[in-house]
Amino acid sequence: MLKTHSNPHFPYRRSPDQDSGEPTRHAVVIVGAGPVGLTLAIDLAQRGVSVVLLDDDDTVSVGSRAVCHAKRSLEILDRLGCGDEVVRRGVSWSVGKVFFHDRQIYAFNLLPEAGHHRPAFVNLQQYYFEELLLDRVSELPGIDLRWRHGVSEVVAADAGARLTVNTPDGEYQLDCDWLIACDGAKSPVRHALGLESRGQVFRDRFLIADVLMKADYPTERWFWFDPPFHPGQSTLLHRQADNVWRIDFQLGWDADPEVEKQPEKVLPRLKQMLGTREFDLEWVSVYTFTCRRMERFRHGRVFFAGDAAHQLSPFGARGANSGIQDADNLAWKLALVVQGSAPEALLETYSSERVQAADENILNSTRATDFITPKSAVSKVFRDATLSLAEHYPFARKLVNSGRLSQPTVYANSPLNTADLDGFVGAMIPGAPAADAPVESTRGYGWLLDALGGEFALLYYCGTADQLPRRIIEAITALARDELAIRVIVLTLPGSGLANPEGGEVLCDAEGLAAVRYDLRPGSCYLLRPDQHVCARWRWLDLEHIRKARARAIQASETA
Amino acid sequence: MKLKTDSNLPAPDDFYETLIAMHRDLTDEQSQFVNARLILLLANHIGDPEALREAMDKARAEVGGP
Repeated sequence: MLKTHSNPHFPYRRSPDQDSGEPTRHAVVIVGAGPVGLTLAIDLAQRGVSVVLLDDDDTVSVGSRAVCHAKRSLEILDRLGCGDEVVRRGVSWSVGKVFFHDRQIYAFNLLPEAGHHRPAFVNLQQYYFEELLLDRVSELPGIDLRWRHGVSEVVAADAGARLTVNTPDGEYQLDCDWLIACDGAKSPVRHALGLESRGQVFRDRFLIADVLMKADYPTERWFWFDPPFHPGQSTLLHRQADNVWRIDFQLGWDADPEVEKQPEKVLPRLKQMLGTREFDLEWVSVYTFTCRRMERFRHGRVFFAGDAAHQLSPFGARGANSGIQDADNLAWKLALVVQGSAPEALLETYSSERVQAADENILNSTRATDFITPKSAVSKVFRDATLSLAEHYPFARKLVNSGRLSQPTVYANSPLNTADLDGFVGAMIPGAPAADAPVESTRGYGWLLDALGGEFALLYYCGTADQLPRRIIEAITALARDELAIRVIVLTLPGSGLANPEGGEVLCDAEGLAAVRYDLRPGSCYLLRPDQHVCARWRWLDLEHIRKARARAIQASETA
Repeated sequence: MKLKTDSNLPAPDDFYETLIAMHRDLTDEQSQFVNARLILLLANHIGDPEALREAMDKARAEVGGP
């Protein structure tokens, strides 16, 4: 039915594991080659950990599904070598508009300040997103991707898990040290292990219609409450790549999903909205949703990530984006443990940090749903009163909730953080994802996050100094030589002629924005985890403090 | 106790009259809507979450319910 995309079909290949007689043992098996499984496989492979990636299907997403990729996801993809392609292929946006009845009541900008590499969001159909990740997979050694290898049974043990895998050639068994289930909301792995995801089902139905049209709408998120073309309900409009537009109609609980999917029902609905514009229907789907999560995302040597671990309403684009952050959180921890550089205790913080994130996402998602679908007459009265005030009074705009759009979680209470000894202001508290800023370097980086990369990094600020004290140079070299190295980025102001110290790199804070965003003064330094979250910061550089904070960030009891 | 429960209105009778007058000629449905707008405007003016919660608790306290 799609005119702009046809799903590729990847061949089933027989694996040597199917002929080995005994179950072959692998270090890491990932189940599910969707956005989360692919992201995790790429991250682990880049860190030198080989993975087997199993998928029961033979293609990418059928239908556009998750289309809004948040700034933080794009920054993670930059680290994984796919950011540019996703941004190039998709459409960037930062502005949303909210309509009530026949009028726009206000607009908001999700990224009102300049000096960030990535926009607030890029919209791109999930099938393209997965195809771009698959391109990256094919460039990397160490990912054994097996299509039409579906997991039917899982037996968990202290040292790993044994999987029964179904293929067109029949079943075979595999052993692994670590298993990661990225196999979606219905997670066969979760079921096989008898584990549950619990929460709340919402009594409402929504219709997604993807239409192909040349429209004069700007690239913005438009949300209508009770519009004339769809009275009593809400509607959401998003632009995707290839002139495809996502239109999401609230239908109410009583709508019949089979009837609503029929073109004779969908087309008149769209004509009501789009008037005389010419359009073609690309894809239609009716859905309900659930907000729920598993109690823990780690069960011994089995991990759950993405929809397998937690499910959300679509308002706020928190589903796939939080799944990608799950992968970002797990990859470095698992790589360090597999490689013997960190104790297993580190892995427990995957569960604690991402459960906190899931709760934050579920809370936001539930509140948006309650605003969009009021559950009582009085709740509807307050909703409409808020909307009517929002047109005139700024305070009420803060109360309107058409979806609080995906923001990365700040792991403020993480056991991996070292508490501040010194005073700092601003958003870069321990646990926060590092803010981007434009920088200049001899290696050609344009952005701070690209320079940070995916290892432990120390950001050291020296202002306009054109020489570093001997003590600092020695510390930089020492950290670079540690077994678990810390790469030091020395940040200067324009005009400093500082040369790269051994083991470190000098970057220029070209517009002074890093200094503002991190509240930097000469001597300030930040320790960043491999997933670019802050874990400690000081007003002066002290080698022992840094090593202690690093040990804490990997849950090691002793410093190296 | 953040919420003032001693008399704080300089002219209580004037206020009460204005409040009732605000609803003149409205249907019950319209009155509900106006009340909701009024609560939202006042809540924003008060701002203090503790005072607001106390007010909500007190408003709800003597009303039954399942």
